[in-house]
Amino acid sequence: MASERTPVRFYQVGSFAVGNRLVALEQRSAQSDPERANSLTSGHRACAGCGEALGARYALDAAMRATEGRLVAVNATGCLEVFSTPYPETSWRIAWLHSLFANASSVATGVAAGLRAKGRSDVRVVAQGGDGGTADIGFGSLSGMFERNDDVLFICYDNEGYMNTGVQRSGTTPGAARTATTQVVGPHPGNVFGQGKDMPRIAMAHEIPYVATATVADLFDLESKVERAMAHHGARYLHILVPCPLGWGALSSDTIRLARLAHETGIFPVFEAEHGEVTSSLAIRRRTPVEEYLRPQRRFAHLFDKHGEVSAPEVVAKLQALCDRNIERYGLSKEEGQ
Amino acid sequence: MQRQIEGSQAIAQTVAMCRPQVVCAYPISPQTHIIEELGAMVKKGELADCEYINVDSEMAAMSVAIGASAVGARAFTATASQGLLYMIEAVYNAAGLGLPVVMTLANRAIGAPINIWNDHTDAMAVRDAGWVQLFAETNQEAVDLHILAFALAEELSVPVMVCVDGFILTHSIERVDMPEQEQVDRLVPPFEPRQMLDPDDPVSIGAMVGPEAFTEVRYLAQVRMHRALDVIPELAGRNAEVLGRPATGLLHPYRTADADVVVVAMGSVLGTIKDVADDLRESGIRVGVLGISCFRPFPVEQVREALAGAKTIVVVEKAFSIGYGGILSTDIAMALSGQTVPIHTIVAGLGGRPVWAASLRKLFVDAHEGRLAETVFCDLNTGLVEAELERMAISRRSGPPAENVLRDLAGKSGLN
Amino acid sequence: MSKKPFAITLGVGTSLANKTGSWRVERPVYVDRLPPCNNACPAGENIQGWLYEAEEGNYEAAWRLLMTANPLPAIMGRACFHPCETSCNRAQIDEAVGINAVERFLGDQAIEEGWRVPVVAEPSGRRVLVVGSGPAGLSAAYHLRLAGHEVEIHEAAPLPGGMLRYGIPAYRLPRDVVEAEIDRIVQMDVRLVLNSRIERVSDAMAQGGFDAAFVGIGAQRGKHPDIPSGDAAKVLDAVSMLHGFEDGEAPVLGRRVVVYGGGDTAMDAARTAQRLGATETIVVYRRTRDHMPAHDEEVLDAQAEGVQMRWLSTVARADGGRLTIEKMVLNDKGVAEPTGEFEDLEADSLVLALGQDTDLSLVGDWSEVVTTGGVVNVDVSQMTGRAGVFAGGDASSSPTGERTVTAAVGHGARAAAAIDAWLAGGVFEPVAERPLATVERLNSWYYADAPRTMRPHLEAIRRRSNFDEVVGGLTAEDALFEARRCMSCGNCFECDNCFGVCPDNAVIKLGPGLRYEFNLDYCKGCGICAKECPCGAIDMVPEHR
Repeated sequence: MASERTPVRFYQVGSFAVGNRLVALEQRSAQSDPERANSLTSGHRACAGCGEALGARYALDAAMRATEGRLVAVNATGCLEVFSTPYPETSWRIAWLHSLFANASSVATGVAAGLRAKGRSDVRVVAQGGDGGTADIGFGSLSGMFERNDDVLFICYDNEGYMNTGVQRSGTTPGAARTATTQVVGPHPGNVFGQGKDMPRIAMAHEIPYVATATVADLFDLESKVERAMAHHGARYLHILVPCPLGWGALSSDTIRLARLAHETGIFPVFEAEHGEVTSSLAIRRRTPVEEYLRPQRRFAHLFDKHGEVSAPEVVAKLQALCDRNIERYGLSKEEGQ
Repeated sequence: MQRQIEGSQAIAQTVAMCRPQVVCAYPISPQTHIIEELGAMVKKGELADCEYINVDSEMAAMSVAIGASAVGARAFTATASQGLLYMIEAVYNAAGLGLPVVMTLANRAIGAPINIWNDHTDAMAVRDAGWVQLFAETNQEAVDLHILAFALAEELSVPVMVCVDGFILTHSIERVDMPEQEQVDRLVPPFEPRQMLDPDDPVSIGAMVGPEAFTEVRYLAQVRMHRALDVIPELAGRNAEVLGRPATGLLHPYRTADADVVVVAMGSVLGTIKDVADDLRESGIRVGVLGISCFRPFPVEQVREALAGAKTIVVVEKAFSIGYGGILSTDIAMALSGQTVPIHTIVAGLGGRPVWAASLRKLFVDAHEGRLAETVFCDLNTGLVEAELERMAISRRSGPPAENVLRDLAGKSGLN
Repeated sequence: MSKKPFAITLGVGTSLANKTGSWRVERPVYVDRLPPCNNACPAGENIQGWLYEAEEGNYEAAWRLLMTANPLPAIMGRACFHPCETSCNRAQIDEAVGINAVERFLGDQAIEEGWRVPVVAEPSGRRVLVVGSGPAGLSAAYHLRLAGHEVEIHEAAPLPGGMLRYGIPAYRLPRDVVEAEIDRIVQMDVRLVLNSRIERVSDAMAQGGFDAAFVGIGAQRGKHPDIPSGDAAKVLDAVSMLHGFEDGEAPVLGRRVVVYGGGDTAMDAARTAQRLGATETIVVYRRTRDHMPAHDEEVLDAQAEGVQMRWLSTVARADGGRLTIEKMVLNDKGVAEPTGEFEDLEADSLVLALGQDTDLSLVGDWSEVVTTGGVVNVDVSQMTGRAGVFAGGDASSSPTGERTVTAAVGHGARAAAAIDAWLAGGVFEPVAERPLATVERLNSWYYADAPRTMRPHLEAIRRRSNFDEVVGGLTAEDALFEARRCMSCGNCFECDNCFGVCPDNAVIKLGPGLRYEFNLDYCKGCGICAKECPCGAIDMVPEHR
């Protein structure tokens, strides 16, 4: 009988909850530890339900755990920087530097170089920014950091727009999405459909040691990727989807739910790659049509009628096609447990 | 040790003796020889414990320097012209964060029209950025100012830019008394940062500051910069003592004590101006020269003192503020506010145009005789500009002025 | 680093000065809701609670919590039809948690380990008479004893257990298990008097000096409707048949047996007939499978053992070796109506399983004790019309409407609590139920999809030949696994999700067993914790400032 059932790889709840009183301490997430680093602590001025605040704490706490606290973080200008460090208060509890919008990866290169020159290679460097600071204005610097294979982990917290400045379109804003610069007017409301900037794949094209994506909905996956990233040296890239209640027009309580739906619809593929090749992907547990992801977000409200029924089927079909392509490309439809 | 050496080589070797820990390199003429030489020295092991990083832009170059400096590593880079403008956001940032980065600026014109030759427009573009700006007259001075720059930057936690005329100095081979490593080590002690990113004693550097404290932050920057006016002469004194030669401080006056006309300028053009002054003195016109070594912070008191006896002041500038006039002249006027001495501006040497002694001599005589206009463009080809002005008056679609002027020039020389 | 550059460089963690809790319009509140299993349990068990203990392998703690409601877990782990599992929220995700199997595992562990429940209450000096040693009486006696009262059980039969012994066949409920759990109660200084039929409760109370009485005599009389039968016909009722078999008087049924009725007793009778050597056992039922009151499991087991079913049929007449069957049809209200069509059915004997009733003469002298439909009327505290006289199990009306062994245990427990209150001069107050932990409140994504551990069934063919127990028990590993499938609906199980998912670090982890606390200085009221709580143990409530 025993062979017929799923192996006991989880307990009361699966390994999906933050902690679990039934498993050994070392198997629990960094977030379950009451002594966790809390790299980004309370009192920050992020909106209620901010996915970026959550993602940043998840990622940096994991990095702090992986480096035993020997970490320096460099931050691009953006929401994360603004809400965390308005004079006279900072929410960071780690060594942290903000310079400019476009240059976080270069500054991090300098930090890593400076540490190396001083014989402090034990201290590791993380650079972080939003999608604007990564895919748009910070793109050149980031590409240079990749190309030189500098010993930096760059983390992009992708909320698919310039939220700090009032929700404008960025290079990662999805097609059809409403922003302040892609308004819901005219014959093609919302953002135009283009290729966007597929940052993880662009990063992979640099053949750097490690590239991964994650969401704030799967903490264990996110933490394991930070850990893997910190186990590598050279340029590494982690792209984390962080829903933005304000910019997406979603309930503040829906932040994690939307991140989960992004993965389960396939619109945001979660995978990892080494030296330019995909090495694994996170299978979808409960495959969901893309409209379930779109419906709770007001930035896509123009695709639905007042009863919540799809009113722009051709646009939804386009987005569904993107999901299907991702599922195919990254093999996301594997059975659970494989 | 006296050597025949190219300016860039001399600067690079001096920088190396200052033991930078991170050098970030992005090529742009005319500073490229400096970073090439440093790259070779790192690669050969002559410059040890130094990370040499080929970056992807000037923006990245200054950013890497910022990051390195923030962890307490001595950082150096060099740039020019468009490169300086491309990194300008980071230039301001390094100063705002109080990071003692040292940068060589091989002065060059700014386009359009694109021009790789020397003038001072690039340096003037960042004069308000919060950097100390030192101007070298000779390659010897360039060498000595770089030693001073590192010590000054780290003493005050401000970034320092050493301005060296592109090509005129960077690419010229002349006699330079190169310092010994031991001498430089005495003048540039190990970097003890005022603030540093350290996981064992973490801080947040680069906070957002609103109206409630921004003015105070800027005021403190001003106070810190003003301290340089005291520190620079001290360091120059130590330089002189250790290196055994006169060292440049804030200014260098030349025969100003009894001068009726004092010519003020910065950089390599001072050599020509001094020759003209000597020549005019032989003709009975008492001309003196005031070289400004430290442009920012501007040594107002010292300038006022140096110009106290002048009856006429002529400022020779390799840049000007379009729509206004001389930039250095404005600063001189401020220093002399309340006085009635006439101040003339001669704009010269733009985009690499040679500054002829004969042209200067004539203008200085005019000044002495009270017939020099307030602002003069030295050796301006009036025929060319008048032709273009005429075209513009006739036709709305008169075409690009730069190309028109070139065509006229070619026509005159029979090339067209 | 004593002097940091002004304003641009800041000391770490200083934002704690900024109390973002002032932004909040809703605040999160931890709640403990009633899990549907607990809600469905007629015995009133805190199932979620004892599974929580079992999850950590604390089987004894789990058993002790279980025992606070039900003194017969090993029996119930076999005989209960587990409405808890029917209502289990997990059934809507994959399959219900095998609560019954875990209960049996715990009951068996207790017997094996010899665990006992100590009586710690001070003796009350009050005496309570319990009539009948079936599940209701045993439960009442146990709870009364725990409350410090002196208890005497009078049992008419030579052996204790009532329907546990005489109604449920041994292949479903081995007798050593019954004896072990009864013995454990008797060991608590409960006096058990066998072969003692109480003719009048009033007399027995007066003679024995009892302050209160509980009547749990069950329904031991099979109903005999008036079926025309010939002299040679062999007709008997299922209760007598099972009882006689238990007393060692195996009835002679012949090769072809017809069982008439559609309840669990009919299934028990048919399966027993199979074991007694019948080659053809047919259950005749007047309506269809959908309407059958027997539990699915029982019907499936019976069919697996070769019992045949004949729907829409009534027995019109019984003769030696032959029955006359009338076909029925269901009208649009689902009521069976005769068709006037008849046919014959070969049968050596006819076993009637058409319900039972109770001999209530023992309370017949009290006019205030009202009976309806053959059972004693009781109020919500199980008290009859006579003050101080309580009743439960099949002998009484059922406040919950159920008539099962489990309901009887619940009646006994409730009656014991009510007797305790009554003896103290108080009034029994049922515990106000918490709001239900509905499946909509769960965030099931966090629960991994795992199939239920099936109890290993004996090969169907083996079951026919003997009265060995049909359903096997769980191994310790299986029990642990099964317990851990519990989703702890509506009750915090310390998964750290709220602690982890808060973007503002506004949840304080208090340590193992102590759960969490919200730090309202910083909580912005985003509601992520409530939405991501796997078990729905956080409510968002409006903030009133």
